[in-house]
Amino acid sequence: MTATAYGRPGTATGTGPPRSDGPAKAAGTAPYAYEYRVADPAYVAPVQATVARGRVLEVDAAEAEAVEGVIAVLTHAGAPGLDTGAELSGLQRVAELAVLQSGEVSYRGQVVAAVVAETFEAAWHAAALVTVRYEQWPHDAGFSDQRADAVAPEEDHRQGEVESAAPAEVVVEQTYATAMQHNNPMEPHTTVARFEGGELFLYESTQGSYEVRRTVAALLGMEPERVHVVAPYVGGGFGSKGPLHAPTVLAVLAAVALPGRWVKLALTRRQMFALVGYRSPTIQRVRLSAGADGRLSGVDVVATVQSSHVADFVEEAAGPAKSMYAAPNRRMGHRVVRLDAAVPTWMRAPGECPGMFGPEVAMDELAWACGLDPIEVRLRNEPERDPHTGKPFSSRNLAACLREGARRFGWADRAPEPGGRVENGWRVGMGVAASAYPVVPPPGDSWARIRYEGEGVYAVSLAAADIGTGAWTALAQVAADALGVPLERVRVRLGDSSLPEASLAGGSTGLMSWGSTIHAAAEEFRRGHGERPEPGAEATGHLPANPAQDDYAMYAYGAQFAEVRVHAATGEVRVPRLLGVFAAGRIVNARTARSQFTGGMTMGLSMALHEESVVDARFGHVVNGDFAEYHIAANADVEDVQAHWIDEEDPLVNPLGAKGIGEIGIVGTAAAVANAAYHATGVRVRSLPVRLDDFIGA
Amino acid sequence: MDADISLTVDGQSHDLRVDTRTTLLDALREHLHITSPKKGCDHGQCGSCTVLLSGRRVVSCLVLAVAAEGAEVTTAAGLGRDGRPHRVQQALVEHDGLQCGYCTPGQVCSAVGVLDEAAAGWPSAVTPPGAGGDGGPALTAAEIRERMSGNLCRCGAYAGIVAAVEEAARPAGEAPAAPAPRGGGR
Ligand code: FES
Ligand code: FES
Repeated sequence: MTATAYGRPGTATGTGPPRSDGPAKAAGTAPYAYEYRVADPAYVAPVQATVARGRVLEVDAAEAEAVEGVIAVLTHAGAPGLDTGAELSGLQRVAELAVLQSGEVSYRGQVVAAVVAETFEAAWHAAALVTVRYEQWPHDAGFSDQRADAVAPEEDHRQGEVESAAPAEVVVEQTYATAMQHNNPMEPHTTVARFEGGELFLYESTQGSYEVRRTVAALLGMEPERVHVVAPYVGGGFGSKGPLHAPTVLAVLAAVALPGRWVKLALTRRQMFALVGYRSPTIQRVRLSAGADGRLSGVDVVATVQSSHVADFVEEAAGPAKSMYAAPNRRMGHRVVRLDAAVPTWMRAPGECPGMFGPEVAMDELAWACGLDPIEVRLRNEPERDPHTGKPFSSRNLAACLREGARRFGWADRAPEPGGRVENGWRVGMGVAASAYPVVPPPGDSWARIRYEGEGVYAVSLAAADIGTGAWTALAQVAADALGVPLERVRVRLGDSSLPEASLAGGSTGLMSWGSTIHAAAEEFRRGHGERPEPGAEATGHLPANPAQDDYAMYAYGAQFAEVRVHAATGEVRVPRLLGVFAAGRIVNARTARSQFTGGMTMGLSMALHEESVVDARFGHVVNGDFAEYHIAANADVEDVQAHWIDEEDPLVNPLGAKGIGEIGIVGTAAAVANAAYHATGVRVRSLPVRLDDFIGA
Repeated sequence: MDADISLTVDGQSHDLRVDTRTTLLDALREHLHITSPKKGCDHGQCGSCTVLLSGRRVVSCLVLAVAAEGAEVTTAAGLGRDGRPHRVQQALVEHDGLQCGYCTPGQVCSAVGVLDEAAAGWPSAVTPPGAGGDGGPALTAAEIRERMSGNLCRCGAYAGIVAAVEEAARPAGEAPAAPAPRGGGR
């Protein structure tokens, strides 16, 4: 790659400096929210609804209260009040956060009470002794695309006449499905809280300390400045720690109920399957119409997704098709089924990730139907402009990714026909799929402060969150470059609401928005203090508006290749190779960027082969709520995973020329795996996860 | 019911009183404020809480503190010597085998356990029959993947973890046979 000096002036980031927080994390001394040493904490244990819909008639806490060490049992009758009419940011659903504000139960697993006790053991034991009587109402938790009550949340996107278009030479019309998934960051959602003297202090596992501050302040009717949120290290989030969920509010209620006392709440893994959101299952009806040459004349994608009667969250699975391939006749639309279920949430590449599965498998089917190379069929449908908005692309290097990936992967060596290669009892195939992820506006505003500490050292502060992305390191590189000083001279402070506001870590916008903000702060600093600042000199910069934002369509792209082996006798599926080539603007730190890409691909592999939250509609809960039954890819499931990228100069996206990389890696992986499984076996699997039973007897 | 126990953790001895229901993990984290082992599931399903108990790797959430009475516990925070990290830790940082870092101390302890187990000649499910001999089975990538599969990483840092353990398993000074490509810029 070109020797762009990022970090150390004059030094190429062919590799990039190692993560600055790496040594502390490898020793386990970087503190996560639960690990701050607070004096004499009390422990909170939630009690969850055992009905999916109804009303709490009575909470019998006598037995629980008799347990030694129990301080209080919170119920809707006695819990502190919240302002349920509060104006929250667009990310939040106030109804989801109205914890213990009424006796109504809207989904199974909802918090209906909580025990606060002197010890962890006492709290959990007592929580099991709380008896709740309900008036149970009929509930509806069965997701399907065959329901008459599904609603369109907005008008379908339409071009031409997708229904009445002239009959095409080749038509692929199929239904594709992706499973309900749970984010499952390895660090459980955690809140440690204390309310004292009108101030609320929180150690919180969150992707955005300011979002927590504002939301909690609004719910309690407090000034935001009186809510303090500390979150420098976060054990993953993948979206579920973006918007707030009920447990944070529950811990805050306990803190308010016990002024002056620290309270701690870390969810159990099983509770995370009920209380912190999930990725909706999707059912995608896709109809591709094309000429025999593979050129599309029609693209029709209607995605049915699940939402909740509590509040709406629409997984925009029909969204990514809007900008992928042009055709004269197109429709993209959503149908939402509202259920007596918890509210879905962001999960890594919401919309894009499940939404690229159906269309990218359908493109593979189209290629085979036309007798074309799946890469060629994509190249033939590359649009000149964004088919959705008609705007030019700031840069679109999907074709380059496909070609480069084909070369690196050895695509030309694949068997000409499905089922054409068998090695030692394994049927071997290769598949490809495209990835795309938009450059979205950051979820919130950002400021950064730069202060000269003397002795050549600069401190850079903003309340950004590093949830594993490498922001600690990459932001230091950006600051060093912007200030023209060596990396060692930059101290970064993140993850604390006492620092200047920064946008939430979401939408793969972190480096773009925080980096651009630091860039702006460095310019301010130089303007104000010149090249020889006095110790203590300070400047603050603000996220610059992007003048090109409205005039261009901005996306990162990628091409993902998979080799799949399916055992001829057992149907076991293995993925010995995954290779992705991405075009995502400038890569600031190659070492950590590669991890972002391969980490996304690994999660994509996990989605392809393992992940499925199974709901028992009779009761309304996820039955496989732990790692023994909700499988995520383990080390032995993952073999050779490679990420590469092409040089891409895109000055239009932001001053850094960087696009987001946190999510694109998971987009398209599952389609590449399913397409490779087809090439291996001739069996087309259209529903995730791909299972061995799909191949038995086939 | 409470019980008095003593534990040696990372070379320091501690006397403490614990509820008999308290796990070793909670004794470390809540009572001794040693938070290097992490709680990811509390069910023995994720490996985040892995420590070395008398030199062998265990998931500390499945050990009752009272059952560990008198034991010698090593956490990832206690593996370094003379202010320098253990070579597994160094290699993990170098190969970026971590992202959020929450699974990492468990991966570290597990990897140290893997090195010892292989050196002691313990086979794994993927060890070919008869392999091993002097110095135990070679820690190939496939061996490492198998042996490290009790430690989940939701960030998907496995590629870097395997590369790091391979490096740590290599005798000092020996170059890798053929560096496995993990990608990068052109
Ligand atoms: S916390 Fe012990 S194995 Fe997960
Ligand atoms: S580094 Fe995040 S779970 Fe492994």
